[in-house]
Amino acid sequence: MQKVSLEVNGKKVTKEVPDHTTLSGLLRDILNLTGTHIGCDTSQCGACVVHVDGKSIKSCTALAVDLDGSKVTTIEGLASNGKLHPMQEAFKKMHGLQCGFCTPGMIMSAVDLLKNKKNPNDQEIRDWLEGNICRCTGYHNIVAAVKEAASKM
Amino acid sequence: MASLVGSRVERKEDKRFLTGKGRYTSDINIANQTYAVFIRSPHARAKIKKIDTSKALKSSGVVDILTGEHIAKDKIGGLIAGWAIRSEDGSEMKCPANPPLAKDSVNFVGDPVAVVFAETLDEAKSAAELVKVDYKVLKAVTNLNDAMKSDAIHDGIEKNLCYDWLLGDRQKVKEAFDKADKIIKLDIINNRLIPNAMEPRACVIDYNTASEEITCYTTSQNPHLSRLIMSAFGGVAPENKLRVVAPDVGGGFGSKINLYNEEIVCSWASKKIERPIKWVAERTESFLTDTHGRDHITHAELAVTNDGKFLGFKNETIANLGAYARVFGTVTPTYLFGPCATGVYIMPAAYSNVKAVYTNTAPVDAYRGAGRPEATYTIERIVDKAAMELGIDPIEIRMKNFPTEFPFKQTLVHQVDSGDYVAGLNKAKEMSDYNGFAARKKKSEAAGKLRGIGVTSYFEACGIAPSPVVMMLGCGVGLWESAEVRFNPTGQVTVYTGSHSHGQSHQTTFAQIAADELGVPIENIDVVHGDTDKGTFGMGTYGSRSLTVGGIAIVNACKKIVNKGKKIAAKMLEASPDDVEFKDGEFVVAKSNKKKTIGEVAFASYLPGVRDEVKSPLPEGEEPGLIESSFFDPANFSFPAGSHICEVEIDPDTGHVKLDKYTAVDDFGTIVNPLIVEGQVHGGLAQGIGQALCENAQYDESGQLITASYMDYTMPRADDLPDFNLGFTCTKATTNPLGVKGCGEAGTIAATPTVMNAVINALGGKEISLPATAEKVWNACKELKKSNAKAA
Repeated sequence: MQKVSLEVNGKKVTKEVPDHTTLSGLLRDILNLTGTHIGCDTSQCGACVVHVDGKSIKSCTALAVDLDGSKVTTIEGLASNGKLHPMQEAFKKMHGLQCGFCTPGMIMSAVDLLKNKKNPNDQEIRDWLEGNICRCTGYHNIVAAVKEAASKM
Repeated sequence: MASLVGSRVERKEDKRFLTGKGRYTSDINIANQTYAVFIRSPHARAKIKKIDTSKALKSSGVVDILTGEHIAKDKIGGLIAGWAIRSEDGSEMKCPANPPLAKDSVNFVGDPVAVVFAETLDEAKSAAELVKVDYKVLKAVTNLNDAMKSDAIHDGIEKNLCYDWLLGDRQKVKEAFDKADKIIKLDIINNRLIPNAMEPRACVIDYNTASEEITCYTTSQNPHLSRLIMSAFGGVAPENKLRVVAPDVGGGFGSKINLYNEEIVCSWASKKIERPIKWVAERTESFLTDTHGRDHITHAELAVTNDGKFLGFKNETIANLGAYARVFGTVTPTYLFGPCATGVYIMPAAYSNVKAVYTNTAPVDAYRGAGRPEATYTIERIVDKAAMELGIDPIEIRMKNFPTEFPFKQTLVHQVDSGDYVAGLNKAKEMSDYNGFAARKKKSEAAGKLRGIGVTSYFEACGIAPSPVVMMLGCGVGLWESAEVRFNPTGQVTVYTGSHSHGQSHQTTFAQIAADELGVPIENIDVVHGDTDKGTFGMGTYGSRSLTVGGIAIVNACKKIVNKGKKIAAKMLEASPDDVEFKDGEFVVAKSNKKKTIGEVAFASYLPGVRDEVKSPLPEGEEPGLIESSFFDPANFSFPAGSHICEVEIDPDTGHVKLDKYTAVDDFGTIVNPLIVEGQVHGGLAQGIGQALCENAQYDESGQLITASYMDYTMPRADDLPDFNLGFTCTKATTNPLGVKGCGEAGTIAATPTVMNAVINALGGKEISLPATAEKVWNACKELKKSNAKAA
């Protein structure tokens, strides 16, 4: 067991966790932040993407204890004061989600894309999101949503 | 009030999904829960000699370990096939027993033999490692082509043959073939796919020791059916002591129709160990044990005249059932496949013959489209081959054989009520700039690339019901759908549906329908589904049936509400019910300004006399309240149809297939919400394209699934797909009051042949098998270059 202190969605948390606890395990099983999803066991699907110190990572492949002192933002921390983030608004407007399972990871990835590139073109969006698998939408409306968000941010 | 049906209403369900507040089964935790880990066979075929759990039972945190012996002792039943299919010779199909935990033999890699329950997941996993299973390994049957010549997997099922089924008339087909100018022949493999809903299967079970009720939260497309099967066939508990809840479900695509081993085992065990149980599949478990899709070997022949008229068609198919027959396993390659074998064409004679066989692989069942993609792939590939061999344009040959009058009696089973196939194909031709293809091809060639164009016209039979027809075809139960519409006294409405949404957006589209029918703002309407304790028994969601069957039940329940409301309003307004009209949420007395809103009527129906001058507004003999239910059993299937055209560009140096343009024109009848329907088409296309270009489930000779992770099974990703160009035509269904036809499977059905026709067109007609991976295409390009050089 090791002690890990993080700032998660603006709140400081300190927990004793088994050494092998992943960040996704800490978020889901210990902090009850179940918006971060687990869709695979090989770091391929991207349903678990969160931001650590502002950058998107796959939380299933990071050990919680390695991130001691970091600031973590999950899908639950993206809206502020009840107001949806422009990316969340855009996914709603463009119907960029169906079953919703890949959506948290997809949105967290897309938000990071726009931090790196303000107005990405279609190909840049598709290339960036290739680490997030969606089985429902065929990606068409996800690409449209990212462009819509870019135009609003 | 503007109609909401037909509007691009944004989804009511989105907010919770966008903010991480969706509640999927694996998000549910129950105090004092144990964690289940299943011990699965590592062999494709083996006898179980002995299971030794003694060491594992002593492992830290272990609560209990149960095996097939325990479940057999408690007489818990297994998994079932839902449809009885008869062979051509009249004999009944042969299905093996499929116990929830294997006791004597295992029949595919992943077949569960025991389960560990422990205080933590880590402890359960550690203990599972200590369970020793002694197997006698047998030679596995994994090659579909050889399965009928191999050892019988199941005792008493000779040749591993479940049935040898025929639909159609062999003699008529022979006569048609005798008259033909030319016979076009095609051998194809419709490759095995793994549905891969992004949410892995899971269940959380809570046994209440006081009320003796079991609650099973699970990832299901049809919780009511799961409860029925678990109770009636599993004998886990009577239905009134069993509650099945499918909360938010992260995609299904057919793979979550079935009740699975884990749900039966954990529900039974929770009562036994008197503790809640949580089980969540890892992705590899999903790959191994979710039902798979497709997996056919087909020989097809099309008899044609020299000017391209079709005379007859035969389809000889071997379909892989995997190790066991599951709920839709036996019907998918028969009645969901055979009737659609002749496609959208006038075909004077036809038959489909299907031999369904068992192999030592995961069970094969419905996967998006279920039977119809396999049928459409075959006919649309052979029609293209005919066009090429006869030197006729692919669009022209299709147009020549389309029916132009509806209703159209399709060759094998269906009476297609409405359609306009010519209009659809013409629109697709125009939207795709078909006539500009030659110029684009030249341009590609100048850049050293090959360009091909592919066309598909399809129809499907969906909205799966009606009871008399499906039962005649062998379904164990009638397929209708239920709805209940409840007004609260203060005017909000709750709609209960037996359908289930796992991405389909019922909370929005069903609310749109009810809002239009009742004249109530959509914000005041909630749609409830997925819980056997809420709402009446329902059949669930598959076969593009939610709107065409379940949606209509809602319409009919709303109409009953309005009828009752009319009588109450008439009494309140001191008028004759015949003089009261209902429009936009108001009951109005004809030729007067006297009216009551439906909200006022609802209030009065529950609380007569509280607000109104008339002390009792309830007409004599009328019960209080405003609640109505409906069971809708349509007169026929519905028949969406369309034409898709795509272009691919191939780099012969790498074999990479770039999907350059994709145009889909579909006729779904009335469209309730275009925003959502477009999304359904996009997603369907991606799955069909996935089969054409990258997805492929592969077993090795010993029966190991060698594509059991996302590192090995290629899912279509954002950078593999283009934007899609969608168009619609509309002929309304005549078999339901909304005129809707269903849209969930169309994209998947049409996309695979469309893309493959384009790839093969680019390769100058050279046949290539599914999926057209870079390796196969690169080899084909090399051979093409060689033969071109020889010809020159």
